[in-house]
Amino acid sequence: MEAIRCEGLTRRFDAKVAVRAIDLVVQHGEVFAFLGPNGAGKTTTVRMLAGLLQPSEGDAWVLGADVRSAGAEIRRRIGVLTETPSLYGSLTARQNLAFFGDLYDLKPAHLRGRVDELLDLFELGEAADRPVAGFSKGMRQRLAISRAILHDPELLFLDEPTSGLDPAAAQGVRDMIQKLSQQAGRTIFLCTHNLDEAQRLCDRIGVISEGELRAVGRPAELAQRFWEGLWVDIELAGLEEDALGKALGPIVADGWDLVEGGVRVRLSSRQEIPGLVEGLVRAGARVYRVAPKEWSLADIYFRIQHQPAGANTEGDGA
Amino acid sequence: MNWRAIRAVMIKDLRVVLANRMVWVPMVVVPLVLMVLLPLGLVLAPTLDPDTFGSGEMMLEDFGSMLPALPEPVRQKLAGMDPMQQWVYLATTHLFAPMFLILPIMLASIVASDSFAGERERGTLEPLLYTPISDQELFAGKVLAALMPAVGLGLVGFVLNAVVVNAAGYRLMGGLFFPTADWLLLVLLLGPACALIGLGVTVLVSSKAKTVTGAQQASGALVLPVVALMVGQMAGAFYFGGAVILGATVVALVIGLALVWLGARTFQRGELVARI
Repeated sequence: MEAIRCEGLTRRFDAKVAVRAIDLVVQHGEVFAFLGPNGAGKTTTVRMLAGLLQPSEGDAWVLGADVRSAGAEIRRRIGVLTETPSLYGSLTARQNLAFFGDLYDLKPAHLRGRVDELLDLFELGEAADRPVAGFSKGMRQRLAISRAILHDPELLFLDEPTSGLDPAAAQGVRDMIQKLSQQAGRTIFLCTHNLDEAQRLCDRIGVISEGELRAVGRPAELAQRFWEGLWVDIELAGLEEDALGKALGPIVADGWDLVEGGVRVRLSSRQEIPGLVEGLVRAGARVYRVAPKEWSLADIYFRIQHQPAGANTEGDGA
Repeated sequence: MNWRAIRAVMIKDLRVVLANRMVWVPMVVVPLVLMVLLPLGLVLAPTLDPDTFGSGEMMLEDFGSMLPALPEPVRQKLAGMDPMQQWVYLATTHLFAPMFLILPIMLASIVASDSFAGERERGTLEPLLYTPISDQELFAGKVLAALMPAVGLGLVGFVLNAVVVNAAGYRLMGGLFFPTADWLLLVLLLGPACALIGLGVTVLVSSKAKTVTGAQQASGALVLPVVALMVGQMAGAFYFGGAVILGATVVALVIGLALVWLGARTFQRGELVARI
């Protein structure tokens, strides 16, 4: 079942194209990371998906509802954590939550219980009746997450959920996101430029740059698309570049790159590693370490970012 | 219409306003000055300078051009009073009447600028827009939040004014003399209509202003028509009585409703979110 489907989703602000022809499918229950630098079009995309902004072209459906005509229904079923907590500082934590509960038209008795439950869950029980203006950043962020899930939404949009938090508070928020994602069937759409966070939390990623969705997929699949074969990092010394080239030539068909402290080579399979090491040693190299390269999300992300516009790396976006 | 959501927005806005000293201090101080201290001064002035007032010089000097415009019943009433009484009666019931209108205009403008421009300035607008509340419900909640204190505090100010003026002038006037029927029309009809104008202008200004201060400054020009009313009455151009008040109420209502309608048209999610 699809939680989000976008087909050619585009948004222009006068002459500027903020989001360009996005095709994307996010499945129900998935944790999807929407990666991109500031100004890439992440927030505009979320605003269109929530029915706040009308698309200039293309279509999108959220939880089966058309974003063009069913904004209110969509907003009833989704939760959004905005980039800044945006709480009412002069109101207490309880008043902040109760206000939003009224807007979601939660039954008063249920709302009271739900507010207490969330304040306890997010360890804000003792501060429940204090004005939010005196809260730390971490407390505010936890309260903002509570607000986003107050009405138990099926789909949660989280915009930079750990932005500006200290490492301990950020870890606390990540743990909470993990808990939320494990609750039955909840889909999470995480907008972030924190690659480490995306790697830890998400099943699939989409990378947006200058309004264009450059790649969609699981990190391992994307790594395979960019770097075919087996890449191996070899830490070595004792050989100049020319000698290294001569030693690697017979074994490494597709070339190699010098990296800090050694060389990175592409092989067809693991079986080539012993012969490669033997050849290097015979040529006079002192080999200290040989390790298959594991491509991090950062490697993938920057590779995608450096692609020219229009060079999309994706299948059907699903 | 989801009235629960409208009520929630209204209560939330009022709570936020009451928690902001920069907002509620003027809301308390201005009514006190306008409706208590100033009228008190007008009533007590004759006792401070009884010679001038007793001779009637001060009254003629201040009200000379206004007197011919007064209707016959008021003139007859004045004819039976001594100069001190004439001063107190004219100053509190006629000269001061347009001043009252500053109150609903200013109060509506203060709360509306905090509610509309303030929500954006504090960065709290975006989460609101992500909720299922409709644009009309959100607008209605904010309009009520601005109108209620304007009308309510206007009434409170009027009651205080009546108590202070009657108490201070009781001996001089020989009994209760305030309010007149015109004042009731002023407070119950023209006041709320003027609050609507203050609200409408502030909503329109707030849709462009980036800060509460900017919105308030731009809305400040609204007191100029009130000053013009006072000057016009003093100059004898018209008598600010029942007919003028009723006519002004109709005009103010039409203008106010048109402004609020225009404001509601600019208050749309797509427009609002693009300006965040």
